[in-house]
Amino acid sequence: MTVLSYRKAVSRALADELADDPEVFVLGEDVRAGATHVTAGLHQRFGDDRVLDAPLSEQAFTSFATGAAMAGLRPVVEFAIPSLLFLVFEQIVNHAHKFSLMTGGQTRVPVTYLVTGSGSRTGWAGQHSDQPYSLFSHVGVKTVVPSTPTDAYGLLRAAIRDDDPVVVFTPAPALDWREDVELATLRLQPLGAGVVRRSGSDVTLVAIGHLLQPALSVAEELAGRISVEVFDPRTLYPFDWDRLLESVGRTRRLVVLDDANRANGMAAEIIASVAERLPLAAPPQRVTRPDGAVLPFADELDRAVQPNRDQLLAAIERVMGKR
Amino acid sequence: MQLAAAGEIAGGIHPYIGQEAIAAGICSQLAPADLLTSTHRGHGHVLARGVDPGRLFAELAGRSTGLNRGRGGSMHAADFSLGIYGANAIVGAAGAIATGAVWASRRLGRDGIGVCFFGDGAVNEGALLEALNLASLWSVPVLFVCENNGYATTMPVGAAVAGRIGARAEAFGLIARQVDGQDVFTVHEVAAAVLARVRDERRPAWLECSTFRFGAHHTYERRVRTDYRSADELARARQRDPVELAASGLSSDERADIDIEIEESLDKAVEFALGSPRPDPADPLRYLYASGLQPRRQDGGR
Repeated sequence: MTVLSYRKAVSRALADELADDPEVFVLGEDVRAGATHVTAGLHQRFGDDRVLDAPLSEQAFTSFATGAAMAGLRPVVEFAIPSLLFLVFEQIVNHAHKFSLMTGGQTRVPVTYLVTGSGSRTGWAGQHSDQPYSLFSHVGVKTVVPSTPTDAYGLLRAAIRDDDPVVVFTPAPALDWREDVELATLRLQPLGAGVVRRSGSDVTLVAIGHLLQPALSVAEELAGRISVEVFDPRTLYPFDWDRLLESVGRTRRLVVLDDANRANGMAAEIIASVAERLPLAAPPQRVTRPDGAVLPFADELDRAVQPNRDQLLAAIERVMGKR
Repeated sequence: MQLAAAGEIAGGIHPYIGQEAIAAGICSQLAPADLLTSTHRGHGHVLARGVDPGRLFAELAGRSTGLNRGRGGSMHAADFSLGIYGANAIVGAAGAIATGAVWASRRLGRDGIGVCFFGDGAVNEGALLEALNLASLWSVPVLFVCENNGYATTMPVGAAVAGRIGARAEAFGLIARQVDGQDVFTVHEVAAAVLARVRDERRPAWLECSTFRFGAHHTYERRVRTDYRSADELARARQRDPVELAASGLSSDERADIDIEIEESLDKAVEFALGSPRPDPADPLRYLYASGLQPRRQDGGR
């Protein structure tokens, strides 16, 4: 067994894809020096044409990747700051995502956008701490939020091999997590497949990304009193509705834990999609950031807008009819 | 224009009439491995590059036989078999796409260059200026062709562009030339020299072509009756019609023969387009994902 950190898992996935497929290349700001660590060492190993340092021209290098993908390569574009996705939303949504349909299937755009460290890093404040994944799921861009080192490895590799644009969000709070793994058993993980991380019978708790850990810990704390099933969607778009419906079909209760803004967020979509299909025993609950939140700077303010353990416990109690 | 007026082309078109010498003068010099990106006013570029006029008209008319199988329409004509990486309706957006496509093609061992068409409106788009920087920095052989027709929709270039247009390209180290875009022979000659440098020196270049669009920005102008150009200005511009200038060296017989050939070709194209089947509305999002993913339907089903 080896201890694999989430960050190392991402790095390993990049290296393995670069080694396996000469069409893969990595492009982004400070990727040569490896400022986020996940690209560290890749330039020495793979050279100038495979690991490209781009100037601070996010819009141009994002569309450069689109052109390169249509010409036959598989670019991975790294963004060290989640909020940069707002800057390149146009390039991803209006171009990369739309070309397959608009050309009548003449082309494909296999680009992976790797967001190294989404969400709060505590102290990085308003323009570095967003979780814009629901925006991409809304417009139909494949959206992945791995929650464990094993998944980060397997889902990133699958994203790179996918023939469509895929945004991979690696949550900042998860980057230093470690897992004991047998390296030889690391595998590609299919996009669009959710997984039940803990079985339970009273309530289905959907936890996105790094929130899997607090979800599992709360489920453990409640064990014996409330049986919580923890569902990790892993891919937000396409979403594994079948597996979630199967779970809620048994528990009839649903709580969603989502570290993004409340209105029009992923939690809202999950609740709507379940509620339109299944009769529920209690009104479904979501624990999120507040509506339209801008993450404030000071530690206690930063933490105050992220979903917390007490809110989650309260939501589970509510859905169980205890309050 | 008649098809748009008759409602055969839903949504109308952005006519290229008046600017034909640019597409003809440049696209006639491209090699099979070369790539091209175009704009919302792209019919001229793709026709000059050699697309089947019937399939282009079928696309404009929204037919399943169209270049894009009726999924793209007037603003998005693409034919990857001819290196046409699509007409793009977001102004200035194709610069970086063309740059990346040519860079990748060369890395994959193909030796083509790229030609990226855009209008004067695009010179104020930051995304295009970023692309010029990347192309120059990474020595990507793309010819950036600015078709300066004097107006970005209704905005006169003098009211929109500070400084000299070509100076934007020079600032990034591109070879920059300016040419009379109404005379196809002049365009051809100047483009030949610039294209040779792009190919030989493997670096980007910029060609600004001065031109005038004789028609509306878009056919909808018939209805909204925009009034931003004087009758005088239009009349003066029309005296330098690129088609007439090109024909001036021909005998009347030669001219008549070419006119007949083009009329016949257009008639055939329109006949093919209007005789083609309309796409099946049961499958509107086919091709949305290259991987074949099927999105949920309106009612949540599959």
